Amino acid sequence: MPEQTKPILSVKNMSVQFPSLSGVVSAVRNLSFEVGREKVGIIGESGSGKSTTGRAIMRLQPATARVVADEMRFEDVDLLTASEAEMRAIRGSRISMILQDPKYSLNPVMTVGEQIAETVILHERLGRKAARERTLAMLERVNIRDPQRVFNLYPHEVSGGMGQRIMISMMLISSPSLIIADEPTSALDVTVRQQVLSILDDLISERNIGLIFISHDLNLVKSFCDRVIIMYAGRIVETIDASKLDQATHPYTRGLLEALPSLDHPRDRLEVLKRQASWAEA
Amino acid sequence: MRQARLHKAYVLWLSLIANPLAFAGFLVVVGLVLVATFAPLLANHDPILQDLTMALKPPSAVNWFGTDEFGRDVYSRLVYGARTTLYISVLVTVIVAPIGFAIGATAGYLGGWVDVVLMRITDIFLSFPSLVLALAFSAALGPGIENAVIAIALTVWPPIARLARAETLTFRAADFVVAAELQGAGMGRILFRHIVPLCAPSIIIRLTLNMSSVILTAAGLGFLGLGAQPPMPEWGAMAASGRQYLLDAWWLTTVPGIAILLVSLAFNLLGDGLRDIMDPRNA
Amino acid sequence: MSIISVNDLAVSFGSGNDFKQVVKNVAFDVEPGETFGLVGESGCGKSTVLGALAGRIKGWSGSVSIDGEGVGPKRSRLQLAKQQMVFQDPFGSLHPRHTIGRTLLEPLEVHGLDQRQERVERVLRDVGLPPAFRHRFPHQLSGGQRQRVAIARALILNPRILLLDEPTSALDVSIQAEILNLLKDLQERDKLTYVLVSHDMAVIAHLCNRVAVMLDGQFVEVASREQLLQGSVQHPYTRTLLDGSRGYVPPRKLAS
Repeated sequence: MPEQTKPILSVKNMSVQFPSLSGVVSAVRNLSFEVGREKVGIIGESGSGKSTTGRAIMRLQPATARVVADEMRFEDVDLLTASEAEMRAIRGSRISMILQDPKYSLNPVMTVGEQIAETVILHERLGRKAARERTLAMLERVNIRDPQRVFNLYPHEVSGGMGQRIMISMMLISSPSLIIADEPTSALDVTVRQQVLSILDDLISERNIGLIFISHDLNLVKSFCDRVIIMYAGRIVETIDASKLDQATHPYTRGLLEALPSLDHPRDRLEVLKRQASWAEA
Repeated sequence: MRQARLHKAYVLWLSLIANPLAFAGFLVVVGLVLVATFAPLLANHDPILQDLTMALKPPSAVNWFGTDEFGRDVYSRLVYGARTTLYISVLVTVIVAPIGFAIGATAGYLGGWVDVVLMRITDIFLSFPSLVLALAFSAALGPGIENAVIAIALTVWPPIARLARAETLTFRAADFVVAAELQGAGMGRILFRHIVPLCAPSIIIRLTLNMSSVILTAAGLGFLGLGAQPPMPEWGAMAASGRQYLLDAWWLTTVPGIAILLVSLAFNLLGDGLRDIMDPRNA
Repeated sequence: MSIISVNDLAVSFGSGNDFKQVVKNVAFDVEPGETFGLVGESGCGKSTVLGALAGRIKGWSGSVSIDGEGVGPKRSRLQLAKQQMVFQDPFGSLHPRHTIGRTLLEPLEVHGLDQRQERVERVLRDVGLPPAFRHRFPHQLSGGQRQRVAIARALILNPRILLLDEPTSALDVSIQAEILNLLKDLQERDKLTYVLVSHDMAVIAHLCNRVAVMLDGQFVEVASREQLLQGSVQHPYTRTLLDGSRGYVPPRKLAS
């Protein structure tokens, strides 16, 4: 099955540089990784470059930033040389992005149904009626009980969990082959998070597509993803199977795990991470 | 601490230079202040000394901007008029800033019926055209420069109060304000030590932008004879007295007219620039 | 004797059609030196309970006594100083234009306390910051350092009770560990009483002796730390929250 083993996304030596008054600052340095039909978690603390990475793949980095790489290939597309028009056709259609807060990603003056339908009308040139049918089916697929009613709601009328399910349906309606989710559940409560993740999980395995799951939550990534990339100061310090995260060897990963309060291994004082300059260089 | 302030001022200065229009406005305003300060040195004639033999002389090497119907040197009157203009605009600002802030911030902080009452009063003031309102007040108070200042101030405070209220509303629920309340800080302390430093930039910007309308209103009152009284040099009054001779002596209206235009434009440009530079929402 | 005693506390907002009872007749006691947790999802009323204890929320009914003294919605300065609050967002809880020194001096001025410089230096040392930080502005500090300053501000009036409103949920894991350790150190040294609001069961179990699980404005269960760690909790909702803090549980596994 060569089709199955070939990675969807392959990135070699990617750096994202921000020119500033005091020289070039690299938010991400020499990143190499591949994503197949699997759930890949990217873990890091704030400022580690994890979100920058997600945006750079979509070519959504800020105008001042520069992305350099030896290779950035998504299926048959060379992301380094693709024109802006080609990128527009890819974004939202073949690569989708789910952000932390659906409130900022949805247009406040359009009903959510219209917005989801818009995506298919735009990317697949479907008629209004067919688009509406597809949208209702998709809303039902993300466990929204009364899709007819939800279709006509405005974004401010839906709750956080419902909003994130709407985002997922909007992102998945055009059958993308890669989804980048940047902290998709950190604004959600535990019970709702569970629901949203199980919907996402089902859709990913059902459609056999790839997911990049960017998060700061170790427990969540460990339990949700197949593979974990740990980033520190713009570099990958370790890549490990999610199930083996507890046996990670890199001192930074170990430090993060030890710093986490745990229900299973309670202790009086938490370990405090002692940062080493070498982690940023390695 | 002082170093941090200096550094901040330096950064402000750098961004001002980077904005050519604002910088031009800044230069004109600085020029106005300098002219007003050194008026006795810059003027080459006595601004109120009449000499009817010299009446209505066109611009020349002796009278750079000509003379008016009483033979007074227009250039010297213009230079001294800068003092009047600056006097009015500074005085109005000094009166209006604390009043506007106190009313707006009180309304925003206390809310409830206090807010309703204060804001309806503000609305009443806002619902009159400001020039008409200033006219009515200065007619009631009687002509004179102090009364003109009071009349203008009465028309300028409502927008400042509105702004101060809006800013106070955004900060009054902030955690740092709640923390101060929970430590026993009273309303005065919170308004003046916590809210003022945060509102100050937008109020300064607003006042700078208002400055041009203050100058125009002052000139308008002067033009109608309700502001500065003769023989005190005032740009609006100068333009007014020249209009009888508009065809024979164009310089009488044109020169002060250009001065009014230039200064109010400069304040507008400076205000716009300051908004870009100081407003944290644009940063 | 309990340092905090709450009975029949009810809080409601709005009136007419918008009327909403956010907290419904909760009752609890907190012993001196204890950490009492309030856990639940957003909108369950846990922060409202904390706000009523702090004196922030005025419209409550019921009886609250702090340090043996019954308190009403309006507090005197001395009553306010008995408990102080630490907020969730280290970026919003410090005045952006005040130096750290000014932020810490202000409560001393309000309460007319003496030896101000010594007190500021001491409290900065207590939270692990060098005295030179007095001259800095919040934007020159990291999130963890700001939260230390927020704790210092809460401590400077020598309160006996700290009310902690999600004090670490805006922080990175490694910084969270530092702040949680600091809170434990301070509590042991000064015999402080904490009331901690959090949505994270792991943090709750780490810090608290007892926790009240809130759902829809009511306590569904008050559990001890041992119960949380052993998983021997009574209410299914508590169990759901415990599972949630361990990460994602696929529904297939749940069913089996």
